[in-house]
Amino acid sequence: MHSSRDSARSSAAASIRRVAETRVRPRPRQAEPQADAGSAKAEGREYVTVIRPASRWPKLDFPELWHYRELLAIFIWRDLKVRYKQTVIGAGWAIFQPVITAVVYTLVFGRFAKFPSGHLPYPLFAFAGVLAMQYFTSAMTVSSTSLVANVGLITKVYFPRLLVPLGAVLVPLVDFVLALVILVGMMAWYSTWPSASAVFAPLFIALAFITAFGIGLILSALNVRYRDVPHILPVFMQVLPFLSGVPFALDGVPLKWQWLLALNPMTAVISGWRWTMLGGPQPVVGQVALGVGVALLLLIGGLAFFRSSEPRFADTI
Amino acid sequence: MSVAIAAESLSKKYRIGQFRAAYGTLRDSVMHSVSRLKSGHLHEPPKEIWALRDVSFEAGQGEVLGIIGPNGAGKSTLLKILTRITHPTEGRAELRGRVGSLLEVGTGFHPELTGRENIYLNGAILGMKRGEINRKYDAIVDFSGVEKFIDTPVKRYSSGMFVRLAFSVAAHFEPEIMIVDEVLAVGDADFQRRSLGRMEDLGGEGRTVIFVSHNLQAILQLCDRAILLDGGKVVKDGPTHDVVAQYEEQTVGAGSQVVWDDPAKAPGDDLVRLQSVRVVDQDGAPAPAIDVRQQIGIEIGFRVLGEGRSVVPKIKVIDQHGAICFNALDVSPRWNETAAAGEYLATAWIPGNLLNEGRFSVDVEVVTIASPKLIPHAGAHKVVAFHVYDPAEGGSARGLYTGQLRGVVRPLLEWTSEEP
Repeated sequence: MHSSRDSARSSAAASIRRVAETRVRPRPRQAEPQADAGSAKAEGREYVTVIRPASRWPKLDFPELWHYRELLAIFIWRDLKVRYKQTVIGAGWAIFQPVITAVVYTLVFGRFAKFPSGHLPYPLFAFAGVLAMQYFTSAMTVSSTSLVANVGLITKVYFPRLLVPLGAVLVPLVDFVLALVILVGMMAWYSTWPSASAVFAPLFIALAFITAFGIGLILSALNVRYRDVPHILPVFMQVLPFLSGVPFALDGVPLKWQWLLALNPMTAVISGWRWTMLGGPQPVVGQVALGVGVALLLLIGGLAFFRSSEPRFADTI
Repeated sequence: MSVAIAAESLSKKYRIGQFRAAYGTLRDSVMHSVSRLKSGHLHEPPKEIWALRDVSFEAGQGEVLGIIGPNGAGKSTLLKILTRITHPTEGRAELRGRVGSLLEVGTGFHPELTGRENIYLNGAILGMKRGEINRKYDAIVDFSGVEKFIDTPVKRYSSGMFVRLAFSVAAHFEPEIMIVDEVLAVGDADFQRRSLGRMEDLGGEGRTVIFVSHNLQAILQLCDRAILLDGGKVVKDGPTHDVVAQYEEQTVGAGSQVVWDDPAKAPGDDLVRLQSVRVVDQDGAPAPAIDVRQQIGIEIGFRVLGEGRSVVPKIKVIDQHGAICFNALDVSPRWNETAAAGEYLATAWIPGNLLNEGRFSVDVEVVTIASPKLIPHAGAHKVVAFHVYDPAEGGSARGLYTGQLRGVVRPLLEWTSEEP
């Protein structure tokens, strides 16, 4: 009885296809699944998904993250596309924001308060600092709300949730690179050229990235449960530039206070970035190491916290 | 047939207390802890509910498995576990093959992006690789019929266009295992027809489909086998017709047969008492669901207690919207005579290709004709119910059409045509 029903069904399906084909081009349905199966076999894996209760401390599944790399790229592409839709100056905002902030810093801290900037011209000094700070601030802000912003996806499809805050930390890098053009222009204006130490510049941005990612992991997971996070963050962001030495040069600060500030990884980022790009004073190695240590702790702690709360995201978001 | 999905005692527990805290703020949580400390109930046990309890089943490769059940039965929880959106509390499941889910069409669509951009975005979210989307892109656009607006942000689309594009992307995703939730509930008739057709295609191609729906008609049409969930447990697992029938019996309260064992409690008066009512197929076997092309028998068993009156059995068929389809009396001449005391079994045969697809319930009565009135002796309201379904294999009034045909009746007419 089943077989007769099956054959009848496939003939019914065929009739549907016939109806469809009078209007649309037939899709090559046979070829593709085979091609896919072939490629899956070629890679030596058959898709077997095992579902079991969440373990208390899940490990990081790197092969899986790699498998989903295209989705990460798509998330980044989507956020970039959407960011400046229906804005008049579009990506100009990426430049406008740090420029305005740097102008205000120059007037208030450079002109009136006469904050020390070492041997560097204050506008250049301020803009370089603001630029790195701006990246960190937006990476952290966007990533902390990223899971909640993607609630429609979290509750409807599976993918490694780690991709969401990771994408959110990567997206502002594009703004950073755009604004970098202005920095290079200013450097030319002030005839300030980086020395060979410029090769280390990306390392300090990587440090900012690691710090922002670590904090972003913790805050985004917390925000799934406690929506206080977006309210706390702006307060923190307002004092952060002062705790990271953005408006002043670090060597004007008493040494013991320098070490306190060095607990903040962004202090190392700002001073290191100025050192490598503008030839500012070289930061104390121990202080940078302290910042790196804190950043790595944040990253490891963030990953652990995120992974352990991940199984509950869909249920509590 | 190799096993595509094997689930072993899947269970999912939700803490209701935890849920409440989840929507609160940090302050609420702190205050809650403080009040618990004060009251001394430090380990106040949170309220727990099992949304799913010990659910085990297997689905063979190429099988189209339906999952039905009332709201809160655990259907959505089961799907969320199978699609890995949430973890089970206990149990284990294994899925062999690429798994695709269609829990909501247009998942991840971004209103600011154009149709073209959303095809890539949505495709990637569903699990397609870029190359795969590139290959299917033209087919997706053609199928959706929104070619002209493909470079317009989807926020300017009509809801119909939006749904068509979204479904088109999903329809071109071809995993080995497809998990589908209630997608037939959205969209217009045309969309429903397409999605239904697409589900049939998937089954025909040897893909495994898990299909959750409240649309029992669609379940009957698509699935060979179904699982009835209730209260988080598997209540029944078997051939679709049986499972749907049991679900109907549970929800509507009317099954395919009723037997009154105790004559004292059977409906009726001093003259006539009902004994049984059954829905049977043409072979006389009880049948909860009947092919639209087959005749349906309503078998009424009753006992006449006294002599001297003539009695006539009568049925009334009511469709799922409450409309009376027809009333019919037994016209056999034997009922013109006065009925002798004893047991009688009368069967009313509703011809094939008369009723449309859907669920029907039946009132039965044994009456005495006293025109212009009928004097009722024994009757039962909506005592049995049955399903009429069309397997769309031809021989019914739908011809090659697979969509919805409206109407209370669906007669197979004789058509003549000529070319003058």
